[in-house]
Amino acid sequence: MNVSVFRLAALIFLCASNALAQGFAGLGQTTDGFALPSPDTRFAFPADHGAHNEFRIEWWYVTANLEDEAGNPYGIQWTLFRNALEPHGAESDQAWMAHAAVSTPNGHRFAERFARGDSGQAGVSAEPFEAFIDEWQMIGPNLNDIRLTAQGSDFHYDLKLDADGPFILQGEQGFSVKSEAGQASHYYSQPFYQVSGTITLPERVVEVSGRAWLDREWSSQPLTETQTGWDWVSLHFESGAKLMGYRLRDADGSAYTVGTWIGEDQTSRALQPGDLTMTASAWSTVEGREVPTTWDIAFPEQELQISVSAIYPDSWMGTLVSYWEGPVRVNGSHPGIGYLEMSGY
Amino acid sequence: MTPAMLTALLSHWKRRPFQFLTLIHGLALATALWSGVQAINAEARKSYDEAADTLTGGGLPNLVARNGLIAHETYIALRRSGWLVSPVVDGWIAGERGRVRLLGIDPFTAPSDSTIGTTIGPDSIGDTMGSEGAVLVNPATANRLGALNRTVREVATLTPGLALADLTVASDLMDQQGYNRLIVLPDQPLVQPDLEDIAPDLRTEQADTAEDLSRLTDSFHLNLTAFGLLSFAVGLFIVNGAVGLAFEQRRPVFRTLRALGASSRRIVALLIVELLSFAILAGAIGIVLGYLIASLLLPDVAATLRGLYGASVEGTLTLSPVWWLSGLAIATLGTGLASLNGLIQVARMPPLAPAKPRAWAMVNAGTMRGQLILAVVFLFAALAALAIGGGLVGGFVLLGGFLMACALALPAILAGILLYLSRFGRGPLSAWFWADTRQQLPGLSLALMALLLALAANIGVGTMVSSFRDTFTGWLDQRLVSDLYVSVETEEESSLLQDYLAERGLDVLPIWETEGDVRGAPAEIYGVVDHPVYESSWPLLSRSPDVWERLHDGEGALINEQLARREGLSPGDELELPGGWSTQVLGVYSDYGNPLGQVVIALPLLVGTYPDADKGDFGVLTDDPQRLRQELVAELGIPDEQMTDQAALKAFSMQVFERTFAVTGALNILTLSVAGLAILIALLTLSAMRLPQLAPVWALGVTRRKLAQLEFVRALLLAALTFVLALPVGIGLAWVLLTVINVEAFGWRLPMSLFPRDWIWLGLASLAAAGLASLWPSRQLAKRPPADLIRVFAHER
Repeated sequence: MNVSVFRLAALIFLCASNALAQGFAGLGQTTDGFALPSPDTRFAFPADHGAHNEFRIEWWYVTANLEDEAGNPYGIQWTLFRNALEPHGAESDQAWMAHAAVSTPNGHRFAERFARGDSGQAGVSAEPFEAFIDEWQMIGPNLNDIRLTAQGSDFHYDLKLDADGPFILQGEQGFSVKSEAGQASHYYSQPFYQVSGTITLPERVVEVSGRAWLDREWSSQPLTETQTGWDWVSLHFESGAKLMGYRLRDADGSAYTVGTWIGEDQTSRALQPGDLTMTASAWSTVEGREVPTTWDIAFPEQELQISVSAIYPDSWMGTLVSYWEGPVRVNGSHPGIGYLEMSGY
Repeated sequence: MTPAMLTALLSHWKRRPFQFLTLIHGLALATALWSGVQAINAEARKSYDEAADTLTGGGLPNLVARNGLIAHETYIALRRSGWLVSPVVDGWIAGERGRVRLLGIDPFTAPSDSTIGTTIGPDSIGDTMGSEGAVLVNPATANRLGALNRTVREVATLTPGLALADLTVASDLMDQQGYNRLIVLPDQPLVQPDLEDIAPDLRTEQADTAEDLSRLTDSFHLNLTAFGLLSFAVGLFIVNGAVGLAFEQRRPVFRTLRALGASSRRIVALLIVELLSFAILAGAIGIVLGYLIASLLLPDVAATLRGLYGASVEGTLTLSPVWWLSGLAIATLGTGLASLNGLIQVARMPPLAPAKPRAWAMVNAGTMRGQLILAVVFLFAALAALAIGGGLVGGFVLLGGFLMACALALPAILAGILLYLSRFGRGPLSAWFWADTRQQLPGLSLALMALLLALAANIGVGTMVSSFRDTFTGWLDQRLVSDLYVSVETEEESSLLQDYLAERGLDVLPIWETEGDVRGAPAEIYGVVDHPVYESSWPLLSRSPDVWERLHDGEGALINEQLARREGLSPGDELELPGGWSTQVLGVYSDYGNPLGQVVIALPLLVGTYPDADKGDFGVLTDDPQRLRQELVAELGIPDEQMTDQAALKAFSMQVFERTFAVTGALNILTLSVAGLAILIALLTLSAMRLPQLAPVWALGVTRRKLAQLEFVRALLLAALTFVLALPVGIGLAWVLLTVINVEAFGWRLPMSLFPRDWIWLGLASLAAAGLASLWPSRQLAKRPPADLIRVFAHER
């Protein structure tokens, strides 16, 4: 997701003692031998929907805001991470990690999986599109028409995703800068999915429908050493416009906040630092941590002044690399729904 | 008044420090041997549990193939259908000093909270994955592994004897395609197809490796425990003697205290406090000694368990508080048992009872009769155990009952013999000698019982070990027919080697095998070629007609004695083999030293049925193994360390054998020395009380020197008689060990061979021990001032 370009790499700094993060991000913080994102790169689809093994880290990240027939809100997450342990792109040097979650009125449930690269246990192919780990699947004919399945011991979902809009290239032609120092990633999204399907819980099967948002991102560079975490949102407004925004927090208290505005006409515009402000306004205690679950977001150019609040504040991902991720409700000048991700708390 | 009473009671020990030492010594020794053995057993059990935990991924169920290895495709099919399983490669690699079990695991899917998951977790992916990946071992095992052409990283928390590596590294080291097991993770996803639909060839196996290992090693530990118990019993004889004597000698003190108004309850309470503090003191000393014994014996025990069962017990002793407490508890319990009789007597003693310490040592026909009755009871218990035949425990009940019966009957039998011998006495001195010897018997009987037990154990265990060695070496000579054993790694090397040897006209005996479950327990399945050498070298315990022709025609199988006994199989029976087929049992062969069941079938049948069988080992018949070895190195490039000649193999097998019984030998000697000490103590205590008997004889003109000589001879005589009586007991013990215990414990029956020369040495040793033990009291008597003897007549008694 998003900022997360740097998600895993950043987590190395955030939880230096965290075994997995170190193992996953591999050897040191240099990018020796790995390809670097370039502003001159132009995406070629569907090839770029597949894996870029020459880069260190990459992911396929789907979040969806769903409702059952009675109008109860649900959220789901489906994420596949690829990490190269060595450069040069060999399949055997790839390590895979995946997270899946559902946020429901009866609580947040999640699961995670790991796989080694050359085992056949996980992988991605661009055409026909398929990303999988174990029985979890994101399978197309193509990335605009996919079936999404995942499960844990206490949930299962099987969803159909159909896009009714174009892929959105983030940053400048998909080159997304992450800090003043120039760290960057390749980043594009598909925010226009219509979703329908079922969520199965041990106690019941729920028919759901709603909207989903896919993020594709790959890079080789970690965050800067002083960046301590991030707050990221993807929002669907009732008007049809959408907003992606994130805020990279620095140890000195400052933050680097950028994003992308997607108009009702499905055209996008990269926001520059300073265009967007994100301010935490209410906090919840989750798993013994204080997490800002309500944010005030302002984007003066669009006369946007909204309050984004977690629908289920308990949406903590207690995975090996842990963070908060869950559906949000948007109130204010531009009402709507969306997803919020926060790490480093 | 209590402090005064306590001072009065304790003053006894101050006046008789040697008696005090005896008591503490006996109790400490008994506790030491017992807790030493317990420490060894506990350590071994802990190792088994840890190993099982590691092997099964924390006691989780495992999926195994009904036949051979699990294909990678099957594993992926399971994962992709929603079954959370983690693959394991499990095998052995050769180290410089013995084999090491190697586990290859997949850190990505291994259960995260298990030993393997945390040891080779994601944090060590960096240095364990890939072609340069490290092998992780415990430091002690690293030493055994020696130079491996891999990075070896030491991890102190790892189970000894196990090497852990990444799946691909382990597969590479073992040259194995496929997985031995799939660990089934505890939290499975919500929606799953039936296992049968995805992988019909797999079956679930509950985590029972620890049980397997403890079942295999049970007999060994039970043997150790039995020895510990025996030593404890011998130690208790000493304590019983010392406490009984101390109570008798303190009768005047008790009487005085009672006369001064102390209640008998109070005296008993104080005596209990006194004994309790002795028990704690001696227990503490015993525990320290036990720790020393355990740490001295552990390396040998570890070598035995590894050699015999492949069970790994390494590292240092770690003692739990429970162990300390149980040591103290057993010391206290033992003291209680040994002093119960004395305490009851004190409680019942009338205040005006005469002080007559001699009564303790007087012939008591009633006691002897009681002991005889008890002996008969024990004998019946033993016979009942034999008749019912309740496995290993039944065997030990038989053993214990038999030994106790013999020990209890000893005083009566000795008395009878002495009575018979006294008929040959001539002259008054001789008559007095026999009468006096009989009268001393009760005082010495406990010590003599201890000696009998120790001697019988020595003879019995010695006979068993020697019989075993005899059979084992003969069997080894017969069974190890090949002159050179060669191991190759690839199919190409294998055919190259076979061609090379065929060209030179040498006979090659492939030693190809696979492993699988036979009747629910792990077993080895070997294939043999049609070669006359088998017929001449394999001793068959039972056979059907034309056994070898039919075996080579693929009509049946030979099985080892262990499997035959365990499953009650005999020639003609049907035997189901892995892979869902069955064949006929044609014969049974002896297979000492192997804890596993074994099946031998014709080689073509093995290769046809089990294509995955290990086909890398060969035996070669040659007149000059050394030259052939050099030629194979020079011309085929087979590394020298992949070859073993017959002599080296024999030496190794014998070394394993000798180490197995080194522990038994050590415990044997310890038990015997405890018994020797018991005699010394009994004689010393008696000598102090015997003046009233000796003084009249001295007064009649027998010199002190002569009296001392008679005392010395008496000790030798009693020891010699006990030794002679111990011989049949020991042989009986050997018989029980060989035909009951061994069959139950190991699954093989051995012929008994007697070694009378060993007995002569043992007899001399026991005479020497008794002689040494009586030397001091006799010398004391010889140098006793005549005034002491005269005073006897002036004394109130």
